[in-house]
Amino acid sequence: MLYSVFMLALRSIRRNLLRSFLTILGIVIGVSAVITMVTLGNGATASIKAQISGLGTNLLMVRPGQRSGPGGGGGGGGGGVPQFNEADAEAIAAQIGGVAAVAPEGRASATVVANGRNWATSIIGSSNAWFDTGNWKLASGRIFSDEEQQAGSAVCLIGETVRREIFDGTVGQTGLGAQLRVRKFSCIVIGILAGKGQSGMGDQDDTVVVPLRTLQRRVTGNLKVATLLVSMRDGSDATRLKASLTQLLRERRKLATGDDDNFNIFDTQQLAETLSSTTQVLTTLLGAVAAVSLLVGGIGIMNIMLVSVTERTREIGLRLAIGALEHEVLLQFLIEAVVLSALGGVIGILIATAASWGLSSLMGVPYAFDPFINLLSLAFSAGIGVLFGYFPAKRAARMDPIEALRHE
Amino acid sequence: MTEPLIRLQGVTKRYGSGQAELLALKGIDLDIQAGEFVAIMGPSGSGKSTAMNILGCLDTPSQGQYLFEGAHVESLSRDQRARLRRRYLGFVFQGFNLLARTSAQENVELPLLYRGDTANVRRTAAAKALQAVGLAGWEHHTPAELSGGQQQRVAIARAIVTEPAVVLADEPTGNLDTQRSHEIMGLLMALNRDHGITVLMVTHEPDMAAYARRMVHFIDGRIAKDAANPNPTTTAPDVPIAEGAV
Repeated sequence: MLYSVFMLALRSIRRNLLRSFLTILGIVIGVSAVITMVTLGNGATASIKAQISGLGTNLLMVRPGQRSGPGGGGGGGGGGVPQFNEADAEAIAAQIGGVAAVAPEGRASATVVANGRNWATSIIGSSNAWFDTGNWKLASGRIFSDEEQQAGSAVCLIGETVRREIFDGTVGQTGLGAQLRVRKFSCIVIGILAGKGQSGMGDQDDTVVVPLRTLQRRVTGNLKVATLLVSMRDGSDATRLKASLTQLLRERRKLATGDDDNFNIFDTQQLAETLSSTTQVLTTLLGAVAAVSLLVGGIGIMNIMLVSVTERTREIGLRLAIGALEHEVLLQFLIEAVVLSALGGVIGILIATAASWGLSSLMGVPYAFDPFINLLSLAFSAGIGVLFGYFPAKRAARMDPIEALRHE
Repeated sequence: MTEPLIRLQGVTKRYGSGQAELLALKGIDLDIQAGEFVAIMGPSGSGKSTAMNILGCLDTPSQGQYLFEGAHVESLSRDQRARLRRRYLGFVFQGFNLLARTSAQENVELPLLYRGDTANVRRTAAAKALQAVGLAGWEHHTPAELSGGQQQRVAIARAIVTEPAVVLADEPTGNLDTQRSHEIMGLLMALNRDHGITVLMVTHEPDMAAYARRMVHFIDGRIAKDAANPNPTTTAPDVPIAEGAV
């Protein structure tokens, strides 16, 4: 019985192909809009999370100067604000629990020359802890030896971008063991960092890493440390760690009670949460707007079903006369509405899959097929068919066969 | 005398109420035996259509009893009457009432669909019914591709595909020219004669009523005359009816 009613519904949809298509257009647009919005939103959230975890997980960035805004960090240090030094890093590592690694970081910009090519990049001076705080892996080579760090030797590791720009096309392609000229000195490339890829925070692979002492002596000419990178152990309490870190630094910088901090602590985890909750709010909002279009699509279906019921009054009269039961007529029109709207849902999903795939590659966010939102949209559109198909179907089922047959 | 197939006892039908009250039937008594061919005649407004709707279980009397094979139709629910219609009755209308853009075969299969028959059973039965009305080979034509006479034959095939006890035809020739009308009447006569189907037909054309073996005249909500047709027309134009097709 259900099968034959289903076939009846399909048949009458097929009989009015153009109208059926126009009817479901609203649902198609609604479903594809909802899915595309949510998929793109999820992709954007995932990509922000990936970018931030690329900076290092559970990472605190401590910089001199007051916070000037999220991510603004006052890296250079404003006038008169004392800078950090290597001893600060050692003190943190020694005195604060829950710290996995502390790396003092100094930066300078320079053009590096080798192999007859040159490339403007940033030079980072730090310790071996830097590789831990930034989640860096080695593609080849090695990290610094203790002697090299102590002596400030002319050794360096290069990022993937620097390797590509300087050494692509050379024998071995890696540049390992080559002489790289940085301003007035040359360093030997002892390691290549595995690439992290482009991120919203700039190209992290565009870098040359030397021991901190090397940078201080041969590039910047002072002992300043611009940033302290502190990575926390998994599961350690970030709030408490930040509090004790703040206290320690206040003591070391001899701040009196009541003085403002003259440094700021920037928490990547917190940033990640803030940013992804922002995108989630946006996603929900866009999804809600798209859901309204689904509702409009449902009203469109009700409208067309009402027209269809009126137009097919004689047909309904005939069906009732030859013995169709009330619920069979109801079911027929209800199934017709559900099949229509579910069909709209399926077409919408196909369009949304294509659209979100295309748009996400255009916007540079990762594409992830979300089965939950797709199933939900399909169920929702079928539900809209039931909701908005019921009234017209009830109207059809309640008709008086005599009146209906007389209808012109 | 055997129990009649159909028995109306004191049936009245009232529309509206108060000043606007209209008494369409004013106490009808009518017995119809199985196998009869009855023409119901009368001017418009005489109550013959109302009577036909009640006989077809599409409507219920305001007062009185309608017994169909001994069952009290007047006390049945809407769905119970629908079940009765799908089992015992076949309908032929003046305006054919075929589904547009739907093949003859699918139109004929329609009543079987509501009976829950399988596709195979439906196809076989529809082919048989179409053959019985002389439309073998026209299964896949839609109403738009058929003449008026052919469309009414498809409608008759739809009425007999369930092998009903009674076929009710409401002005079946009203939309057809004389030649086609006689063809349709020949078909109904043959169904009645060869297959024992009871035929009740409303018409106002004496030529067509002449095929019936009994004529019931309605005037002003009452039966004015109810008499056997002493000399029913039997020489209809040649219409192919396959033996044992129904």
